[in-house]
Amino acid sequence: MNAVLTIDRLCAKLTANGARLLSNISLGVAAGEVHGLVGMSGAGKSMIAKAVLGVLPPAVRVTSGSIRFSGTEIVGLSRLGMRELLARGIALIPQDPLTALNPTRRIEAQMTDVMRARLGLDAKAARLRALSLLEEVQIREPASVLRRFPHEISGGQRQRVLIAIAFACNPKLIVADEPTTALDVTVQKQILRLIHELRSKHGTAILLVTHDLGVVAKICDSLSVMHAGVIVEQGAVADVIAAPAHPFTRALFAATPRHDRPDHELRPVPDAMQRAVAEAST
Amino acid sequence: MVDVSMPSLAPQRRLFRLAGNTRVLAGGSVLALLVLVALTATWIAPFDPLDQDLAAQMQPPVFSAGTGSHWLGADSLGRDLLSRLIYGTRIALEVAVFAAMPTAILGTALGLIAGYYGGVLDAIISRLVDVWTSFPPVLLSIILVALIGTGLSSVVIAIIVIDWTRFCRVIRAETVKQRHMDYVDAAVVAGLRPLTILWREIVPNVLPLAVVLLTLEMGIAITVEAILSFVGLSVSSDTPTWGGMIAEGRTVVHQAPWIMAFPMLALLVTVLALNMLGDGLKAELDPVLR
Amino acid sequence: MLVDRILSRLLQAIPTLAGVAVIVFVLVRVVPGNPIAMMLPPGATQADIERLKALYGFDKSIAEQFLIWTSHALFGDFGISISLRQSVMGLVFSKLPATLELVLLATMVAVSLGVSLAVVGTRFQSEWPEAVIDGLTGFVQSVPDFIWSLALILVLGVLFPVLPISGRSDPRIGLNYATPFQLTESLVRLDARAFFDIFRHMIMPALALALPFAAIVARVLKSSLAEEMTQDYVLLARVKGFSEWRVIVGEALRNAAIPTVILTGVQFTFLIGGTVLVERIFSYPGIGNLAIDAVLNRDLPLIQGLVLVFAVLFITINLLLDFATVALNPKLSHG
Repeated sequence: MNAVLTIDRLCAKLTANGARLLSNISLGVAAGEVHGLVGMSGAGKSMIAKAVLGVLPPAVRVTSGSIRFSGTEIVGLSRLGMRELLARGIALIPQDPLTALNPTRRIEAQMTDVMRARLGLDAKAARLRALSLLEEVQIREPASVLRRFPHEISGGQRQRVLIAIAFACNPKLIVADEPTTALDVTVQKQILRLIHELRSKHGTAILLVTHDLGVVAKICDSLSVMHAGVIVEQGAVADVIAAPAHPFTRALFAATPRHDRPDHELRPVPDAMQRAVAEAST
Repeated sequence: MVDVSMPSLAPQRRLFRLAGNTRVLAGGSVLALLVLVALTATWIAPFDPLDQDLAAQMQPPVFSAGTGSHWLGADSLGRDLLSRLIYGTRIALEVAVFAAMPTAILGTALGLIAGYYGGVLDAIISRLVDVWTSFPPVLLSIILVALIGTGLSSVVIAIIVIDWTRFCRVIRAETVKQRHMDYVDAAVVAGLRPLTILWREIVPNVLPLAVVLLTLEMGIAITVEAILSFVGLSVSSDTPTWGGMIAEGRTVVHQAPWIMAFPMLALLVTVLALNMLGDGLKAELDPVLR
Repeated sequence: MLVDRILSRLLQAIPTLAGVAVIVFVLVRVVPGNPIAMMLPPGATQADIERLKALYGFDKSIAEQFLIWTSHALFGDFGISISLRQSVMGLVFSKLPATLELVLLATMVAVSLGVSLAVVGTRFQSEWPEAVIDGLTGFVQSVPDFIWSLALILVLGVLFPVLPISGRSDPRIGLNYATPFQLTESLVRLDARAFFDIFRHMIMPALALALPFAAIVARVLKSSLAEEMTQDYVLLARVKGFSEWRVIVGEALRNAAIPTVILTGVQFTFLIGGTVLVERIFSYPGIGNLAIDAVLNRDLPLIQGLVLVFAVLFITINLLLDFATVALNPKLSHG
């Protein structure tokens, strides 16, 4: 497999008390593939995203295992090495478009700074590229949006701007951390469709972190189901949905609203199940 | 919920734990030493602080000159610096006690009233604090002392009139916080009178904070007295004060820098010690920080 | 919107100023102590006293005196200084520029020092430079500007005599400038010799004023930077591959500056108040020094005029701080 990102038996602990956060995480994302990382909050999926981006908080320590991006090891990389690696092709679509844009800088500055730094464009070229990117993410009147501050545009527009920033420097891999959670349901659909289209057009690999199986079913090719720091099930989306092997996955499906079957009865993931899985993983 | 009740340690054990804190220990020791010096000034001072030894005018300290009868040297009138420094401790501590204490009591009382009763009283007191603090204290104290006349009692009055806001602001905020605690509600339900609740339930809980502020206020009061002595608005120039000595030394600083250096160091050490004591007490007494 | 804000703030300032004027006027007159007696040589007759009283208007009732004083003050006439026998307005205008230049220099030093310390401390969070900066700012803040002034005189004026310890310029320079803004004028005239001489005289008083203020700026800014550094936009900037310095200075600093300006605004008025004492210690000829002389001589017209000048200064500073907050925060300045 032509993997852009390979995580191999990654383990991480809390520095303070040695509590285990991630155990033997292994997964791969191939070029042009969308891999969904699913689980309930606290399962450790955001921790994996942070590890890939090299922004783990100091309170968390990777104890063993490796993360490789296009053949380069990320675990143990220096601050400078990580910056170079990020510049070579990793981008982020953050969770909350309200807080992910700097409130004191205009949209133009926040879009063009990264292009000027990574692609070496001058101010004029960067502005032209920002305009065409904004058209690509279907923002109307891109020239006027460039002049605005984040609080002057809507939440959906902000998320589009953030997607445009993520795609700005032709990344090989995009980490999308709950990209639709903070948005209205109608806007969610548009944003997912947009990410899907851009992925097909640019062939970018995406690691999509979400708690929403519905999102995974819509745009992912493969998925890993996480619980309490462990991957309990992995495979192609179609296979896992058709026949979930692990009881936790089945429970998670039962707790997910099915738009195709409105009469579907929602059942919460039983506590006993959560405890059993947690114990099995320690 | 945060545990806000005071720890149920016996008083002796609490004193021991306070002494175990290095900052409290260091600051407290310096303060104790100053009190001792002030109390025994008449016996330990080698000379009368007002005696003019014309042969010893601007005599350098023994450790730099190697000779002489004045350990820390003498000032431009030939008065013994060490003795003046020792007697100056008395004024400094008098101000620390007689200015800082009433300031603390006044400010804390007004803070408790504003915080507990709220409403119009709170609005009036808070507005007063705002107006008061919009003017810089040094300028205000100079003008005030000039108006009510010079002297130690004027300095004390000026400090009280100006600095009560420091206590009022903090104690008010803390009282408002305590007012909304469950144990206060319980006392209200039990039918206790407001004054009883204030005295029995709230005062013990804001007292540690007031003590910390009092320690810091002592340092401020000593500095303000020194400043007013320096400017010439405190006690008469005969009485030895650190600020007065600094003012004298400032005029001859090129010829005899030690005349200004020693009282300045005394002031610096005192202020730092009181700050350290205050910080240490804060860390020890603050139920949230602990 | 911005114009509305300025107008409403200016309107609010009028009652404040009027209040200050009334309080000072009454206070100065009801307290004991006779300023006229201090002006006369011993052995002056009762007739001499009455004549002087009439000259300065002290023979009228307080209400009358206030009306006369106000009507003159509205046209910029604040009376004649008793001790210096010059017009109060003229004295203020000849001394105020020295104070303004000193305050401006001190502010520039304090802000640049405070901001640098906060940025460096944030860059090396939980490493040794942060501990050093925290210890340093804590120490500097706990020592009042009075002691800083004296320590500077002893160290840089006497022990290593590199800087002058009093005055504003060396009389041997023989300055003959058109304006009392001497530092500014020397700069405009490109008069290097005069500029460096005036500047050298200002270094120590400016430092004494600036050090405690810088420590407060550093502490407040550092804690609000620490909060900003946990925001998502900082995470995004890091993922963009920017250096930590660029993330702090280019992204977080401006957001962190907004609470800092508000919180240190009060401290800034203290800095103005501090000039009174620092000017005295360094014999610097500004309005602070003038104010102490006025107080020591019970020079009523001068005290009144100076208190009003200080009140105007504080109001102006608060206005400027208000606008700084608006300018920093695009949510307030743009619709």
